[in-house]
Formats: sequence, structure tokens, C-alpha cells
Amino acid sequence: MAGTMGGLKLLTNSAPKILRAANGLPTKSLPCVNYMAASTPARKYSIQAPVSKPEGRTLCTLIPGDGVGPELMQAMQEVLEAAGAPVDFETYFLSDIQPMLSAKVDDVVNSVAKNAVCIKGILSSPVTGDRASINYQLRSKLDLFANVVNVRTLPGIQTRHKNLDMIIIREQTEGEFSSLEHESVKGVVECYKIVTAEKSKRIAKFAFDYATKHNRKKVTAVHKANIMKLGDGLFLKCCQEVAKLYPKIEFDSMIVDNCTMQMVSNPHQFDVLVMGNLYGSIVDNIGAGLVGGAGVVVGSSYSANSVVYEPGSRHTFSEAAGKNVANPTAVILCGAKMLMHVNLQYHGSKIYKAVEKVLKSGKSLTKDLGGQSSTQEYTYAIIHALQH
Amino acid sequence: MASGVFRRLLPINRNYCNVRFASTRTVTLIPGDGIGPEISAAVQKIFSAAQVPINWEPVDVTSVKGPDGKFGIPQAAIDSVNKNEIGLKGPLMTPIGKGHRSLNLALRKEFNLYANVRPCKSLDGYETLYKDVDVVTIRENTEGEYSGIEHEIVPGVVQSIKLITEDASRRVADFAFSYAKANGRSKVTVVHKANIMRMSDGLFLRCCREASKKFPEIKMEERYLDTVCLTMVQDPSQYDVLVMPNLYGDILSDLCAGLVGGLGLTPSGNIGLNGAIFESVHGTAPDIAGQDKANPTALLLSAVMMLRYMELGTYANKIEKACFEVIREGNKLTGDLGGKGKCSEFTDEICKKVESS
Repeated sequence: MAGTMGGLKLLTNSAPKILRAANGLPTKSLPCVNYMAASTPARKYSIQAPVSKPEGRTLCTLIPGDGVGPELMQAMQEVLEAAGAPVDFETYFLSDIQPMLSAKVDDVVNSVAKNAVCIKGILSSPVTGDRASINYQLRSKLDLFANVVNVRTLPGIQTRHKNLDMIIIREQTEGEFSSLEHESVKGVVECYKIVTAEKSKRIAKFAFDYATKHNRKKVTAVHKANIMKLGDGLFLKCCQEVAKLYPKIEFDSMIVDNCTMQMVSNPHQFDVLVMGNLYGSIVDNIGAGLVGGAGVVVGSSYSANSVVYEPGSRHTFSEAAGKNVANPTAVILCGAKMLMHVNLQYHGSKIYKAVEKVLKSGKSLTKDLGGQSSTQEYTYAIIHALQH
Repeated sequence: MASGVFRRLLPINRNYCNVRFASTRTVTLIPGDGIGPEISAAVQKIFSAAQVPINWEPVDVTSVKGPDGKFGIPQAAIDSVNKNEIGLKGPLMTPIGKGHRSLNLALRKEFNLYANVRPCKSLDGYETLYKDVDVVTIRENTEGEYSGIEHEIVPGVVQSIKLITEDASRRVADFAFSYAKANGRSKVTVVHKANIMRMSDGLFLRCCREASKKFPEIKMEERYLDTVCLTMVQDPSQYDVLVMPNLYGDILSDLCAGLVGGLGLTPSGNIGLNGAIFESVHGTAPDIAGQDKANPTALLLSAVMMLRYMELGTYANKIEKACFEVIREGNKLTGDLGGKGKCSEFTDEICKKVESS
């Protein structure tokens, strides 16, 4: 297969390449892979190597993130290389907690805007400080308004609920996380939650478009309009208005506390969920917990022009940094999704299948999934599976 | 089992059932709407079987038009709770339409019910996917996102204010730690989002840190809301007592109820400055009202919590034990627990157990 020879060869020199990338030096390009050889008409596979070689190589911005981020990104890059994906990374180390080492936010924003694709680790936001967190700056400068998390049960992972498959769509540019707070008198703090019709309609439309594109049947709006009658009421009203434009998709609404209760007792009723910022963060994490934890759930944030892929459940897992124990599944699948997004379905689905194969075999699982393997062993198992 | 989660609420007096409370006390009973009257009757029946020394004073809280033209709780009900300082309440329905304030909210305001306590524990006999749940959520109940301050700045832009004050935060933090101490629990987890809402949740967190200093024997940990959501559905046994602001508490307490089988099984208590009201938090279930199908467990366990709060722990233990036994045996379970029993049969079964013990 196409990636085989490239992959085997590259495995040996992948580490220095990443180091170079981290130092800002140009990364060595992959050796030319012969796609034509694998695409003879006699071989009819469900996945087939592309008949023509894609034009050029894709450039993707990479933000390793805090905590275990850098290790996981390394694993992801190794897998992508082994799969022979024609992708180069532009790496920026961005961090709120290590400001001296951090790149400038504007440089990163420009890079993402230019490349239109980015893979991002999780950045931790410090509890103290008076400026907006880097996460917030990135989101608002790039206008990454929609966050999509696909909560899906992967084969081979032991969970209480089986066969889950739902999409959680979260508005992430306004709501509770607008960083608008002040202390009106001593001991009394006001924190603003902003809901606008414009952004509510935009996310609702995004949710229905997403549902249409991915053949989903139902969209559920999650809110607390019984208490926040104006704010969440506006969000709900916008969802209802947009729903009228999509008669083929069923629309439903649910109060957030009931939604969390249903998530743990009867999660199969959900298909696509759309909600505001804070509720999104809550439901995303419950969803991630249902299917095996923060290490296995993929998320993506969309603006009108660019996509940022990041783990769906945002935890830096900093206590495990450097210990080679974290689960890279989410980040590797982020890479696969990114490949599919830039029209490299062949490579993307190849990686997907390899990950599922390794998970199903249950032999090289990381500790969070009940196995004994290290991050590296698990990654090599996936690379091995890519080649067989 | 019985000595588990529902121990006394507050250490008013170390020796419960002492002389001070040997006399009969009066408790305001708000039966509520829908299935409320049935389950309240069930609780009353079980209490008389156990010979609990309390008198019930049933009041009606159907909203009446007040002098300000708004519908609200009748004065008689307010007076009753003010006099007795303790109440038991079934589910209430808030009528939809303008001019009606939510009665639940009104009661909360009227009696300054600042802390909502919701213990969630896995019950033997009713299987859920989670077996090791034993958590208590304590929620600040008066401010936060539910302050009700909202306005539309320009058309299409709404601003809601989340209000956090030092007084209210400190009050609930102190309560959480003293609850943990009084109930033999070892850890209090503060749930917050101070990395995003640095000032408001930061203030709440700071008050909790200060409160924890007064209780060195109770371990305190700080966790982000996201982390708690994630680990709660994976491994709920990590948590013990959780304390948090209003909205997070609302969501997490229902999530925890979902882990153990829903709102029909979880009790709830509201502790306030001017009294305490114990209630079942499930809905009024108008579809089965009057059909003898409702499950009185939540209200009964809330009443048990109330007995502990009133220092009537021996009665509480007796009733709680009987209730858990009936559920474990599983003969007369109501429809929501997968049985075929009726509310009255379930109640009689508990009465039998109470009388024989």
C-alpha cells in the first residue's frame, strides 16, 4: 500500500524531525510516495489509494498545548507520517502558563487563517491574571464559533453504555465565557452572560446544516429558559425559528439539568445537540465520560474559514506530562479527521481503521482504558496496524 | 445501610431524642399538586405507623392574588412555616403565564433557603449502570445565575447577570463543611470554573478555602466543573460531598440523581435562615395522578432527612431501614422501578416493616 514504504523508513527519523519542527526549523519533506503503484484497477478495496497524486502538500498549523499535549502530538505526527499523509506542520508552542516560551497569539492566528487547518492540544487557563486566556483570544480572533464533539463508542473500550453516537454542538464565542466581570461593591461580583440573536441563529443554522450533511434525524436544543427567560429564551427562540427552515429534521428542546440526567440514564435518545457555551462544556465532558474518557473523544472548532481540531474533552492532564502514559487516541483521530477535511480521505480512513483495529484487539491499550501500554507502545501498535 | 447517607443534618444537639424534643412538634405539610397528595398521605401513614412524635399542619399553597396584583403564596402558608420553622413539601406545578411567580422560587426567597442538599446513593434492589454512588451535592440556592437579573440591551442582545456575593458563598461553604463533619464524611469537593470566571467563581472558591480552614479534619479539594462532569460519569466513587454555586449545583444534582435511578428516589432538603423545607424534587406527574401508581420514595426519604434535622434520628433510621428493605426485596415496587405494585401496597409494606421493628 502507498504509505508502507514511506512509513517504515520514516519511523526511524521521525523524532529528530519533530524536534526540528519544535525549534521552528523547516521540517524535512517526506520521500516521494508512489501512489500509482497501488491503484491498479484489479485491486478493489473499500478504501483505495487515490488514482492521482494530490497536488502539493498540505500545511497545517500545530499547537502542541500544555500538559501531555506535546507527547500526544508527537504520536500523532508519527502516525500521520507512517500513513504517508502528504502533510507538513507549522508548529507553534503556545502557552498561558509558560509565557516566556510562548509564541505570539497573533502569529498563530495568522498561521491558522492562512492554512485554514490546525491541530491543537489543550491549553490550560490560569486561575489568576487579568487578561483573557489564550484559548479565549484564539477563539475570538479566529471567530471559531462552533465546537463539534462527536461522542461515539469506539470498539474495544469497556463502557457502561454501548453504541453511543451523538454530536454535541456548542456555541463558544459568547455566553458565560465572555470574561466580563466586575466587583460592584466589595464582596459582590457580577458576571455577565451575553446571548445575541445573531450568534444564536448562526449556531442553530450550523447545527441543522451539520445534521443535514451527516444524515442525522434530530436536533435537540439544550437550554435553561425556564429560569433565564430572556437570555436562554432568546437562544431557544432562535433555534425554533431556524428549525422551521429544515422541515426534514426533527426539532426538540430540553432543559439542561434534565439533559444531563438523561445523558447518564438514557443517552441513546440523543442525536445532535446544540447549546450555549457553559452547557456545552458540561455536556461535552459527560459525553466523553460515557465513552471512555478525555483520551478518546475528538472535537473540532469551526469558523467560516478555518477548522481547529482538538480533543473533545479539554483536560491538559499535566500530572502525567513526560510520563509516557497518556492516551493519544483523541489526538491521532484529530489528525485523521483533519486529513479527511483536506480531502485526504484515503489516509484519514486508513488511520481510523488502524486505530479501531488496535482498540478492538485490546492488546496495546493505555492505562486509562485498562491496558498496560505506554503512549509510545500504543502508537507503534497503530503504526504496525497501518501496514498490515 | 441505614446508617449510611442520611445521618443527622446539623449538630444541633449531640444526643438526639432528648428531653427537649420529647414533646410533639408541628410540621407544616404542603402536599403539592398532581401526585403530591397521594405521596404525602403515604408519608403520613408511614409516620403514624412509626409513631413519630410530630403533628402535621397541612397548608394549601395554591397561589392567590396578593395586594401587589401578582400571584403568590397565601399568607397562611407563610405564617405556618414561620411558626413551625420546618416543612415538608410535595411537587408543585408552576402555572404558565404572566404574573405567576414560581412557587418554588417564592418559598426559597421567603424563607431564605440558602443551601440545597441532595444526597444520592445507589439503592440495593434497583439496578442502574452505576453501583458505587454515594455523593451529596450542596448547592448555593439564592443567587448565581438564578438571580433573575436580565435585560435586553439592544434588540437581539441579552445580558444576564450572574451574581456571586461573599456573604452567600461563605454561608454555603460553612454549611457544607459542617454538614460533612456532622455526617461523618471525609471530603468536600469545591466545584468551580474559576479559570474562566475568575472573579465570580474565584470569590466562591476563596470563601470555600477560608471555610475549610475551620474544619481541618475535613479534606478539601478544588475541581473544575468539566473535570467533575467527566469523572462523575466514569467513577462517581471519587466524590463525597460537593459544594458549588447555583447553576452548577442544579445540573450536577440532577446528573447524580440520574446515576442512581432518577428523581423518584432522591431526597432533597433546603436549609435556610428562617426554617428548613424538605421536598421531593420530581415533577407532579399529572398523567398518573390519582391512580395510586406514584412512587413515594423521594418524599419519604426527604421526610427522613427532615427527622434527622429535627434530631429525631432513631425514627429516621427505623423508617429508612424499612424503606430500603422493601425496595431490596422488590415485591411491591411501583411502576417507575419496574414493579407492578401500587402506591398503597408499597406504603403498607413499609408500614408493616416499621411496626414489626
